[in-house]
Amino acid sequence: MTNYIGTATSRIDGRAKVTGEAKYAGEFNITGLAHASVVASTIAKGRIARIDASAALSVEGVLDVLTHLNRPPMASADSAYDDDTAPEGSPFRPLYNDRIWFNFQPVALVVAEKPEIARFAAALVRVEYEEQAHVTDLHRQRDKAFALEPGKNHSAPPKPRGTAEQAFAAAAVRHRGEYYVPIEHHNPIELFASTVIFESDGKLTVYDKTQGVQNVQRYLCNVLGTEPEEVRVMSPFVGGAFGSGLRPQFQAVLAALAARALKRSVRLALTRQQMYGLSYRPAMIQQIELGASAGGTLDAIAHDAITVTSQYEDFHRQETGWSGLLYRCANATYAHRLARLDLETPCDMRAPSAATGVYALECAMDELAVALKLDPLELRLRYYSDRDQNTDRPYSSKSLRECYRQGSQAFGWDKRNPEPRSTRDGTELVGWGMASGVWEALQVPIAARIVLTANGHAEVSCATSDIGTGTYTIMAQVAAEMLGLPLDNVTVKLGDSTLPQSPVEGGSWIAASVSNGIATTAGAVREELLRLAKQMPNSALADATADEVTLADGMLVSKRDATCAVSIAEAMRHRGVDRIEQEKSTTFDDDGSHAHNTHSAVFAEVKVDEELGVIRVTRVVSAIAAGRILNTKTARSQIIGGVVWGIGMALHEETLIDHNFGRIMNANIAEYHVPVNADVYDIDVIFVDELDAIVNPLGIKGLGEIGIVGVAAAIANAIYHATGMRVRDLPITLDKLQR
Amino acid sequence: MAQTGTATKPITPAPENIPILLIVNGVERQLRLAPWTSLLDALRNHLDLTGTKKGCDHGQCGACTVLVEGRRILSCLSLAVMKDGAHVTTIEGLAQGGALHPLQQAFIDHDAFQCGYCTPGQICSAMGLIAEGRAKSAEEIRELMSGNICRCGAYPNIVAAIQQAMGQS
Repeated sequence: MTNYIGTATSRIDGRAKVTGEAKYAGEFNITGLAHASVVASTIAKGRIARIDASAALSVEGVLDVLTHLNRPPMASADSAYDDDTAPEGSPFRPLYNDRIWFNFQPVALVVAEKPEIARFAAALVRVEYEEQAHVTDLHRQRDKAFALEPGKNHSAPPKPRGTAEQAFAAAAVRHRGEYYVPIEHHNPIELFASTVIFESDGKLTVYDKTQGVQNVQRYLCNVLGTEPEEVRVMSPFVGGAFGSGLRPQFQAVLAALAARALKRSVRLALTRQQMYGLSYRPAMIQQIELGASAGGTLDAIAHDAITVTSQYEDFHRQETGWSGLLYRCANATYAHRLARLDLETPCDMRAPSAATGVYALECAMDELAVALKLDPLELRLRYYSDRDQNTDRPYSSKSLRECYRQGSQAFGWDKRNPEPRSTRDGTELVGWGMASGVWEALQVPIAARIVLTANGHAEVSCATSDIGTGTYTIMAQVAAEMLGLPLDNVTVKLGDSTLPQSPVEGGSWIAASVSNGIATTAGAVREELLRLAKQMPNSALADATADEVTLADGMLVSKRDATCAVSIAEAMRHRGVDRIEQEKSTTFDDDGSHAHNTHSAVFAEVKVDEELGVIRVTRVVSAIAAGRILNTKTARSQIIGGVVWGIGMALHEETLIDHNFGRIMNANIAEYHVPVNADVYDIDVIFVDELDAIVNPLGIKGLGEIGIVGVAAAIANAIYHATGMRVRDLPITLDKLQR
Repeated sequence: MAQTGTATKPITPAPENIPILLIVNGVERQLRLAPWTSLLDALRNHLDLTGTKKGCDHGQCGACTVLVEGRRILSCLSLAVMKDGAHVTTIEGLAQGGALHPLQQAFIDHDAFQCGYCTPGQICSAMGLIAEGRAKSAEEIRELMSGNICRCGAYPNIVAAIQQAMGQS
């Protein structure tokens, strides 16, 4: 029997991606396709007073200009605009009425025969506004932020424990710090696009850039008021998303509206600039207080976050709870407030809440270690907890101690001189920093279908997405192993709303969910095969039960006695069965007795030019504990990608708003800096063994988020170690080292 | 209020199409294109060669990198009419008779991509880089590949893939 789970398997969609055959949402070319272009608001708040589209309409090849005044009907109830990941509030409705909520909000849609004509004509649409005073600066709204309350708001902070205030006041060593994270944009390289095929019967087939085809399908049906069978949404390939494709984005509904208005197929691809009007990681101010004894106990944690949301929805995640979860501490208290700004609603961006909350915590821990004159790693080992401190539960598995051990060893941490500015390499100061990372091991109900044919081929399908994470490949690996087939005999279908149920791909939950889902369905296939095998004359498996047989190398084999085997093909042929189809739903029972988390230990080396302040991250070791690793090759890439994101968060990424106008100044991918190849040096990824028999039958925990968590803190701490300067607002640009 | 609705009689004519010839992946392609059509849009929309990607349309991301007369260029910053008569190589032209180009195979071997959207540009850029003969070390590869952004962060694997292909060429 060939094992595929846990191997370094190359992506099964690799060939399609390196040859250009893989088609993304904006690449389905059909005859008669019309092209749309968005006219975006140039103000942050107010009303549309007048739209003059006459010049645009006079351009040869322009088909129509849609605005809130002439668009096809849209639903009027908020509930129609809700989606699987919508926060509390009243969702944004594109082209719904004259209200302007944010800069870059779509106010008109030009549809033309050619994309160039649509874009040219969009520049001719004149929009007059009645402007209202706006606020886009978090610091200005700080005092007006309102508190989230446990019991009232989901994702409100955990309950406090002990008496944190008194414990902090009484602590021998105290640290208090304020940490700032700016707005960041996802910036997947694929532009957001939807190609809406207007079928001859009026049904819509929508190729959309999304992390959840069924989420978008339900949304479009609700907004357009159509029956479920009238809209099909597909996303066979997604050019990155990182959270930006969790909610249905406005290009999908705008393209669908245009297709219905014109009774024609329409493509809408946003510009890079317009993608800055989709969503973002909220800016936030975090305050952390840590109180410790000289003897090695952490006695008080207080974590207070103020995060940004829009005027119309209350987006928030639990930034603060990670602090009280991770370390042994009797007293902890949390507060989370929301500040409303005249911006679109933020959304999840890679490791939402943990990338940011753990950044603040782990920088604060480093500062506490300095105050205690303790090695930062030693500090974390002293406060190590084998129980989730917030809920006082054991973990289903937690191998963070092993991450610390293997990570520090690979990095050479024991050679670190604790003194800041103590190490040089030519004109550069060298610094070493570390941090812990934590994320949830989530899993969600999902369905998978397997069609096994007598020629020994299987097709496995699920409506999930592969946003670059490697879902195609792990689905094939799990199916091949469970069905005992060569990997090449398995084909995978995903990214189609007509396939078996899947939630959005996010939160690192799909790998665990879909893998166990395939295992469930494969079990049903095995039962069906055994039923057929038993009917064969003198069947070697006449007395076997489903639990006693396995599928391997095209055979049903007894686990007890490998000589008791029946050919799958013969069993099917004998009963005249040429295909077996099974579709099963899988849910994940959680009795609440254990916490499920992934962990990491991140070690970073920076080199800082002493005169210029230029910072390079020359080395990162990331040791990960995330249960069973499905594919060591794609898993390593996931973690490398997370580390690169952490480098961007630490050093580069920041959306800059001119608060006088409420407009983003760097809405492009040159002035919004993301890491490029020259910014990335050695990244060493270690997966520590972590058997987890509790979290789910296959012991899988997911990897999409954990790679970024802790990285920005490790880098910030390394910069302190290199320079002796503590920069508490991200990104740490060279100017901040010149003060 | 707003003057919207069905198009009235056009008074602003669209630009006239101009005949051009592109030799794309060795095949002569006659096209009639408006002069404002970028080489990128000509490939994607007029020749259905969607392997060349659009990530910014401003020459900032490198996803649209193709080879013109063997040199890597950003096809979003070139008007198609400027390349009349030119030889253009796109990602679709690299594999020969079903056999992947060594760079394509190296990208698969080293998992030098995740979502795959920047990948055709990375590979075409790496083709140009190798032809330039300038990059010898990993550091030089990193520097000279920095015009191609990979948001998934596959950079170390991209460098490894290019080194593998350079070792074979």
